[in-house]
Amino acid sequence: MKKMPEKTTPNMFARIFRFYYEGFTSMSWWGKRVWLIILIKLFIIFLVLRLFFFPDYLKKNFTDDRQRSDYILEQITKTTDTDDRKH
Amino acid sequence: MIGNIDLSLVDWSRAQFALTAMYHWLFVPLTLGLSFIIAIMETIYVKTGNEEWKRMTRFWMTLFGINFAIGVATGIILEFEFGTNWSSYSWFVGDIFGAPLAIEGILAFFLESTFVAVMFFGWNKVSKKFHLASTWLVAVGANLSALWILVANAWMQNPVGMVFNPETARNEMVNFWAVLFNPVAVDKFLHTIFSGFLLASVFVVGVSSWFIIKKREEWLSKRSILIASVFGLLSSLMVAFTGDTSARTIAQVQPVKFAAMEALYTGSKDAGLVAVGVLKKSDEKLITDKAVNNFVMKIRIPGLLSVMTGGSRDVFVPGIKDLIHYGDTTRNILSIPEMMERGRFAREVLDDYKRARMLNDNEQADIIRNDYFRTRSFLEENFRYFGYAFLNSPEDAIPNVAVAFYSFHLMVMLGFFFILLFILAIFMLFRGTLQKNKWFLWLALLSIPLVYICSEAGWVTAEMGRQPWIIQDMMPVSVAVSQLSPGSVITTFILFAVLFTALLAAEVSIMIRQIKSGPKH
Repeated sequence: MKKMPEKTTPNMFARIFRFYYEGFTSMSWWGKRVWLIILIKLFIIFLVLRLFFFPDYLKKNFTDDRQRSDYILEQITKTTDTDDRKH
Repeated sequence: MIGNIDLSLVDWSRAQFALTAMYHWLFVPLTLGLSFIIAIMETIYVKTGNEEWKRMTRFWMTLFGINFAIGVATGIILEFEFGTNWSSYSWFVGDIFGAPLAIEGILAFFLESTFVAVMFFGWNKVSKKFHLASTWLVAVGANLSALWILVANAWMQNPVGMVFNPETARNEMVNFWAVLFNPVAVDKFLHTIFSGFLLASVFVVGVSSWFIIKKREEWLSKRSILIASVFGLLSSLMVAFTGDTSARTIAQVQPVKFAAMEALYTGSKDAGLVAVGVLKKSDEKLITDKAVNNFVMKIRIPGLLSVMTGGSRDVFVPGIKDLIHYGDTTRNILSIPEMMERGRFAREVLDDYKRARMLNDNEQADIIRNDYFRTRSFLEENFRYFGYAFLNSPEDAIPNVAVAFYSFHLMVMLGFFFILLFILAIFMLFRGTLQKNKWFLWLALLSIPLVYICSEAGWVTAEMGRQPWIIQDMMPVSVAVSQLSPGSVITTFILFAVLFTALLAAEVSIMIRQIKSGPKH
């Protein structure tokens, strides 16, 4: 007699992968549409806005934290126009 | 304010941040509230085993998913803006803002993204109970994420639990629990999440009413309205309660904002609450520049403002003029000129420290650090008012009174309207007259845009009412802004306006399509 092949339970990672894989592949119309929007949105936010329009001002203009703190100290100790106790 | 800062740069930077925050807030409250409504519906399904409840849960879950997916990551842009447009603020605030935001990011990623997947992909793949637990965890996780961002915002409204380190020019957190349990944070968190519950409830009642108008899905719609109305009524009562406690806190920590919300210029005992009012700018000036707003008409509830702020009609509520000239000695609130004096002294000390550091005079720098920045009296009596050093006149500390007044009163009036809406819905459901009252169904449907206006008005009150401060009493917005060209800020403002409008249009169109196609069989 032929031996029945032993049933093996896939490991946890394979089951998680299959869970997500099946979820994504059997998505409804709206699910596919919002995922498309998410991907376009993330592309615009991280690869367009972040790289080209939103550099970190202090990281870009100063090389170390000492320079940055000097700059901030300068900014926050500026006196106002009408303050008669200017240094 | 600081002379060499271009006001148009400050205004455009503020407009850009406001645009981003307000669009972001269009997506968030529905997520906060609808997640709980779905969890309640699914709980009933698991308890009863009735497939109609599952169908109802899945329908609202679809709308939740659309809103969640389109709104996700829109808040990240605010963090970009902090680094680019508000660099002085970002540095000055140190790790106090970073720590809650980091916790929020980790929570949002692990809790929400794991269990949101189970919510949507897990039907028939995991047990009913595990699925239900995931739905509840998404609801709790989404609201906990909100906690951390609101803690960060509350710190800006009432900075606590930190000391300023002149060496790094940053504030450093010394008491995490003081930051977390900041009275403003507690009020703000509860008020905000309950307002999200209220918004989602109006959304569910409105959409369900549309189904009844169209004579579709009557069983499902009536039960959705029942759950949303009860949940909404309880939430709106909590919104009113937390609004009341919040008012008491604001009266103490942001008294000028509180007076502006009521357009109260001259304080008194037995102060009345303006229920409805119309303002008009008068010829009278506060000091030199800002016009006083007088009431053209008002309906006032006698004594209520004193009761709200101090629990008794005998409590004195200071008006804007009182705060400018005298402060409020009963609550240890200094006059604005006094705070300006103290702030200027703090700035002089910091300037001396900066000079010593520039000259590499470490001995002098150490003396200033030890004698001032490590003493409680200097930090609490002077540095706490550091931001006032940048004001030219006490009236610079006054926000736009008309904006604060109208946004606050619009929020409150709409809030009471929604309480009435929920009561009427429950009453008609139990009388069995809901579908006969077409006017009510249309009113419920039209309430959907109104609840969004109410929610945004709340944020306008909170954020415009605290002007000129980015950090209350410590840093005005004009000092916090980066020295960018206004042109670059205008460009990104337009980019955001286009991006967010496209996202909103996508959300509305996909949602309307899904609502029209209705729950699946």
